[in-house]
Amino acid sequence: MIRYITRRILQAIPLLFIISVVFFVLLRNMGDPLATMGGRSMTRASDRERLARQLGLDKPILLQYVYWLIGNDWAKVDLDGDGVAESSGTRQGVLRGDFGTSLVNRGVPVVQVIWDRLPNTLILMVPSEILIILLSLIVGVYSALRQYSLLDNAVTTLSFVGYSMPIFFIALLSMYIFAVNFKRWGLPYLPTVGMFDPQVGKTFSQVALHMVLPVFSLSFISLAGYSRYIRGTMLEVLSQDYIRTAKAKGLPRRDIVLVHALKNASLPIVTVVGLDLPTLLAGAIVTERIFAWPGMGRLFLDHLSRGDAPVVMGILMMVSFAVVAFQLITDVTYAWLDPRIRYE
Amino acid sequence: MSQSLSLSPRAAPLPLDELEAPPLSLRTLTWRRFRRHKMALGGIVVLVLLFVYAFGGSLFYSEAYANFTETGVRLQAPSAVHPFGTDTIGRDIFARTIFGGQISLIIGLTAVVLETIVGILIGAAAGYYGGRLDSLLMRFTEAVFTIPQIFLLLVMAKYFSGRVPNITLYNRTYSGSVVVIIVIIGLTSWPYLARIVRAEFLSIKENEFILAARATGASSSQIIFGHILPNSVAPIVVSATLGVANAILSEAYISFLGLGVQPPTATWGNMLEGAYNYIATAPWLWVFPGTLIVLTVLSTNFVGDGLRDALDPRSRTI
Repeated sequence: MIRYITRRILQAIPLLFIISVVFFVLLRNMGDPLATMGGRSMTRASDRERLARQLGLDKPILLQYVYWLIGNDWAKVDLDGDGVAESSGTRQGVLRGDFGTSLVNRGVPVVQVIWDRLPNTLILMVPSEILIILLSLIVGVYSALRQYSLLDNAVTTLSFVGYSMPIFFIALLSMYIFAVNFKRWGLPYLPTVGMFDPQVGKTFSQVALHMVLPVFSLSFISLAGYSRYIRGTMLEVLSQDYIRTAKAKGLPRRDIVLVHALKNASLPIVTVVGLDLPTLLAGAIVTERIFAWPGMGRLFLDHLSRGDAPVVMGILMMVSFAVVAFQLITDVTYAWLDPRIRYE
Repeated sequence: MSQSLSLSPRAAPLPLDELEAPPLSLRTLTWRRFRRHKMALGGIVVLVLLFVYAFGGSLFYSEAYANFTETGVRLQAPSAVHPFGTDTIGRDIFARTIFGGQISLIIGLTAVVLETIVGILIGAAAGYYGGRLDSLLMRFTEAVFTIPQIFLLLVMAKYFSGRVPNITLYNRTYSGSVVVIIVIIGLTSWPYLARIVRAEFLSIKENEFILAARATGASSSQIIFGHILPNSVAPIVVSATLGVANAILSEAYISFLGLGVQPPTATWGNMLEGAYNYIATAPWLWVFPGTLIVLTVLSTNFVGDGLRDALDPRSRTI
């Protein structure tokens, strides 16, 4: 197992390199970050040259990538434009943890920019994931036990419909029903904008209240998909011989379902959940835009549209790293849970 | 028995136990099994209706009307003159959903064609040749597969934004971003298909008829495209059908975020852009395009599901 993990980690490193090169090249044509640096007026040509030199944007792309990766504090940078490189650079490079400074929030390290917004996205994503797992297990198991009943058919149809909806449709629909129409009908309504009401302050209850609609939108699609999946695996497991043995032995129904059937049926969901992280991140981008939630998705969109390459690269590398790490964790967890699987 | 092969059917009546129906082709077999799924048939009907709506509707409305802004009538509720209401700058939403439907459906279909071609080429090369080429291609596939598709789409859309000029085809002007969207959706969805194709190739390659083909001197491309590929059509068809739904959704996502097809060209996705600002006052802005997207994706998913059941090689019953 240790050898397997080591091999996977060693395989992941070139993968991350390839991804970083691909993105670095793609982010070349991000628009001109220097155009907005002059404030209201256009940057003068001399200032533009100076800024390009200071930010290292005038070097060839390969050198820029090397500087991004390993930093330039071992090389000389020409800061005063006389053609002679004299002062040493200040960046340490990604491999030492320095993602550079943001071009939009001048001078603020990228790590800090991301770190400010990351917890907000996690507040949305972690409860969504927990909700998805718990509810899909409940609904899937119930649906499988009462196969072809009215509830099962309703759940299956609803799952199909829910699975085909784009996330912004669900978000808009839930916004419309629970916020706008509830307000019209005089019922207590849910807030739709931001993380907390600025007049009340960032209290726990405020954040929890504002969290309801975004978490609901994020989880609905995956919930629909997984409950169908669980229903399928549960039906498969319930037709196995060992369940029949358990019933013949006279075990109480609850034990059969919860202990024997569920454990075997929920094993595939470990893989699916672990690999669904990218979907949650993608959903988070759209949801945060609609609900004006100050999270990483909105950060990505804002900085992408303004051409802030360091921050965008930072977010992308973080996401890729998280995906690769989650794939590894999922595989290891699956092997740990299922004694039939042995990696060499 | 061996005699009946050379005799014409009229010459001697076959004994009863030798009568057999002609073997069913894959297409007939699949269609018969597909017919059993009512939901999938319903999906096909809805898809046909949507196509008629999008392409037939252009006979009644001209595109100029769909892009005709009249700010005096902006944000009007559905009425007799504007069946779906008007949007924020006074364009008729009904006409825009018709033309938007054309673009969305075209994007969905073309992106899938591109994705299928790329996926088949890469999967076939990796599966057939194996060895170094296989490892290299699989590393690359994994790299593209690891990144969440929407991040790739957004970054590539930004990369191409403003660089592709407008295209004029059949007297209609399309924004250059339509081609961009088609290309980037096609270029980010192929890993899934490539893996499936590679797995199929790896398993079919071991059959004896491939050995026989090679022994009779068939070239590699003849074997790949003439022998192995026709036998692996089933998962490709299913994946392509579900890929259409994915492509339409992806286009809707990036247009919604503002980086997709640029106005004035309408698509269902970019009609939803900014609609959440008007959610309390003008729900018709997002209800109609959104419902159309849901209907299209839903029926495509039904059809794909039905195809998957019908093409399942493990169940041989009709």
